[in-house]
Amino acid sequence: MKHTISVLLQNKPGVLSRVTGLFSGRGFNIESLCVAETLETGTSCLTVVSKGDDAIIEQIMKQLHKLIDVIKVTDITEQEYVEREMVLIRVKAESHTRAEVLRIIDIFRGKVVDVSAKSYAIELTGSASKIKAVIDILRPIGIKEIVRTGIIAMPRASKNK
Amino acid sequence: MGKITGSQAIVRCLEEEGVKIIFGYPGGAVLDLFDAIDQSDFVNVLVRHEQGAVHAADGLARVTGEVGVAILTSGPGATNGVTGIATAYMDSIPLVVLTGQVPRPLIGNDAFQEVDIVGITRPCTKHNYLVSELDDLVPVIREAFHIARSGRPGPVLVDLPKDLVASMLTYPEKKPIEMVSYQPTYQPHSRQIAKACKLIMKAKRPVLYVGGGVILSDADKELTELARKLDIPVTMTLMGLGAFPGNHELSMGMLGMHGTYTANMAVSECDLLISVGARFDDRVTGKLDDFATKAKIIHIDIDPTSISKNVKVDIPIVADCKIALTAMNSWFDAESDFSLKEEAARHAPWFKLIREWTEKHPLSYEEAGDIIKPQYVIEQFDRLTGGNAIITTEVGQNQMWAAQFYKFNQPRHFVTSGGLGTMGFGLPAAIGAQMAFPDKTVIDIAGDGSIQMNIQELATAKQYNCPVKIAILNNSYLGMVRQWQELFYDKRYASTTMDVVPDFVDLAKAFGAVGLRATTKDEVIPVIKEALATDNVVVMDFKIEKEEGVYPMVPAGKANTEMLLV
Repeated sequence: MKHTISVLLQNKPGVLSRVTGLFSGRGFNIESLCVAETLETGTSCLTVVSKGDDAIIEQIMKQLHKLIDVIKVTDITEQEYVEREMVLIRVKAESHTRAEVLRIIDIFRGKVVDVSAKSYAIELTGSASKIKAVIDILRPIGIKEIVRTGIIAMPRASKNK
Repeated sequence: MGKITGSQAIVRCLEEEGVKIIFGYPGGAVLDLFDAIDQSDFVNVLVRHEQGAVHAADGLARVTGEVGVAILTSGPGATNGVTGIATAYMDSIPLVVLTGQVPRPLIGNDAFQEVDIVGITRPCTKHNYLVSELDDLVPVIREAFHIARSGRPGPVLVDLPKDLVASMLTYPEKKPIEMVSYQPTYQPHSRQIAKACKLIMKAKRPVLYVGGGVILSDADKELTELARKLDIPVTMTLMGLGAFPGNHELSMGMLGMHGTYTANMAVSECDLLISVGARFDDRVTGKLDDFATKAKIIHIDIDPTSISKNVKVDIPIVADCKIALTAMNSWFDAESDFSLKEEAARHAPWFKLIREWTEKHPLSYEEAGDIIKPQYVIEQFDRLTGGNAIITTEVGQNQMWAAQFYKFNQPRHFVTSGGLGTMGFGLPAAIGAQMAFPDKTVIDIAGDGSIQMNIQELATAKQYNCPVKIAILNNSYLGMVRQWQELFYDKRYASTTMDVVPDFVDLAKAFGAVGLRATTKDEVIPVIKEALATDNVVVMDFKIEKEEGVYPMVPAGKANTEMLLV
């Protein structure tokens, strides 16, 4: 099963290598990985999506926590959460498909961020399933290039607080 | 306060951390550092190869429990140390390894003797640093010592650019170390302790399975108290030997691939396995699906990643072994329903079975007239040193025979590369141990293969008057690999025959050491006696039975009950 793990870490040189080295060295899988600073200077938040049975995910969590620079590890998948990924897609947009592409983008609340005579570059944000849906629909029209950020995620606020 | 150089600050910092002996090898990038060390009170042991420096620091750390320190130069100096660092990492040994680095402006330029040692050692250190700001120098070294010795210990490497070490700085005052992201758990959860203790009181066939964690946390007394209080038989891993007296009636000896028949049967048949500071290594468990299948498992370990990594456990206890065992001892002392008499009565049929196993298949070997059996050599060392020598080993058959036939009565007396299995470890480790305890008998049990891997350190031993005793069990083979070839490769001895082996007696003399040889059984005791009475480095060359094997043996991937016996 897929798990989205959020890792709060000290923003020290080489810290990303420690995390990725841990995954490759122990044969854990990385589906996507995203990292950027938090509000606090000196700490970063890393979101990694990995696959594995419960025992493997438990090891991943523990091994991550064992890294000296890691402050906190949370398996976000264990609770209610929101996840988002941003994607930039350059899709073919020739005279007979230009209008259709725009309609599709509109349905998914995407934005055109670059236009040429034969293509649109689209910016789109959403959950993994939404991104997949857009890609599936646009593929027959012709996707020329795609760049994804990888998933970031955040637990939902507790309802009774 | 006046300014001092970076290298003087490092020396001061090492003094503050209680370091007295350093193992090192100089070079361009650490000239300043060695210059400062030369003007300090430290003893720097100049080894003959950087691998030897790290193993020697490791040997010192294992016998004293203190942090071992090695200083290496940049580039090849640092890479030569990597095997030593990985060895310490696998066995959780506290080390601080200081490496020189090219000046900061040159880093990344493929400068002379430049290597990214922080990148190289990231997966085999507990943590490592490249110091890039002068203000960080002293705090980083302090942090390195803190990390190396706390929690589950391990090696920490600090890479020191040459220009930074030569710069002037004001020595910062010592402050308590606060690290938000590193706070090892020492205290066990009291509810888990109670759960474990209640389970123990129900067990009919309990076994204590003890690893190196007990030695690292100096918990041998607490462990012995618990085993005796509860009347529970004890088996030890290779790293755990000495945590419980080997000649105690509750000791079943080592378990695993070359463990005793009794220990392996007991673990397979027990209904409760209490693991203390061990990590269910593959050489211990054999085939995982068949390991301790009838048992509930309690696992005490300071490292959460060790728990349920290989074997799912029923009661995990993340804690320092000493604190956890103390808590368990107190729990039983306070428990009114508990009595040793009842425990002993409930365990009586279990001990009867254990005794039967030992009678059926004791640890043994076949005598062969005049031919020297390696096991006999180890038995004589055990007898003639009263089980009280510090024994280091190389890796392979020599290591397993030492583990099986020397009865370690106290902790920190068996120094062996368990996890990584590093040949060439024993001699430098023996030098480290002897530097720490000049008056103790230190014996390196070696093979003719392993000893040649770091034989150059004989010169180090001689230079620093370390009267280590090296016992080579010489069969002209890489014996352990040969044994596997004999058993699993139809006796095709591919690259395991050492047709050219140096004359170790002459070699010893060339180094200024004493060389002795035994070729028949009756020469063994006189050679050992002479060696033990000699205040010099002694190399003993025992010409042993060439194709002797280590038994019992659990073939790789088989269950622990499927042992090949003598």
